[in-house]
Amino acid sequence: MLQLPHDLADEMVAHCLRGLPDEACGLLTGSLEEARVERLNLSENLAHSAKVYTLDPKVHLRADREAEDDGLAVIGVFHSHTHTDAYPSPTDVAQAPDPTWHYVIVSLRESIPAIRSFAISDGRVAEEEVQLVESTQVDGPAR
Amino acid sequence: MSVSIRLPTVLRPHVGGQAVVEVGGATIGEVLTTLVAAHPGLSGQVISEDGQLNKFVNIYVNDDDVRYMEQLATPVSDGDEISILPAVAGGA
Repeated sequence: MLQLPHDLADEMVAHCLRGLPDEACGLLTGSLEEARVERLNLSENLAHSAKVYTLDPKVHLRADREAEDDGLAVIGVFHSHTHTDAYPSPTDVAQAPDPTWHYVIVSLRESIPAIRSFAISDGRVAEEEVQLVESTQVDGPAR
Repeated sequence: MSVSIRLPTVLRPHVGGQAVVEVGGATIGEVLTTLVAAHPGLSGQVISEDGQLNKFVNIYVNDDDVRYMEQLATPVSDGDEISILPAVAGGA
């Protein structure tokens, strides 16, 4: 199961919509033990493609350092599928870099975006529940 | 000359679970060769079998990607921080 605060789910979908017609991507920083996302690290899709994505390695380096400073870790990646279901493609499976990561896919195929999360290990895909939780951000915008 | 190499989670089991390993060398190539020699489980993970940088990793000297410098010939200085990160990509 992946715990995703509401506001970060909104931010993720907004980033994916802004990226259209191309796929969009970003990293998930949080607690690996609790499987909880604490912040997103939005990236440009360096592939500028509607079919593939390449995360900006500089975003990854910065995310990794900031996570370490905060006692967190990069725990996964999200990207959009613009015209297909929110399910890992063969390319996604073949290129999955870390079996401990959460692979979140935002499908923009329907008018209501769908967010699903998967574990990918040794070429096997296992879907996990995405639980939308309350935000714990204290310094976020007033609501 | 000694530099610190920060490894991604996925490679840490090959270095006894450490996040950072101190290694000597004058270039990225030397440093990585020494790292792999000391931890053979990393063989093929960082430098591919043809002796080039594995395309599934990105390697940084401090803030700079070695692919845009001199690749494996990129010089390193005492105290440099080397980061190895998996390339993150995929597609529909």
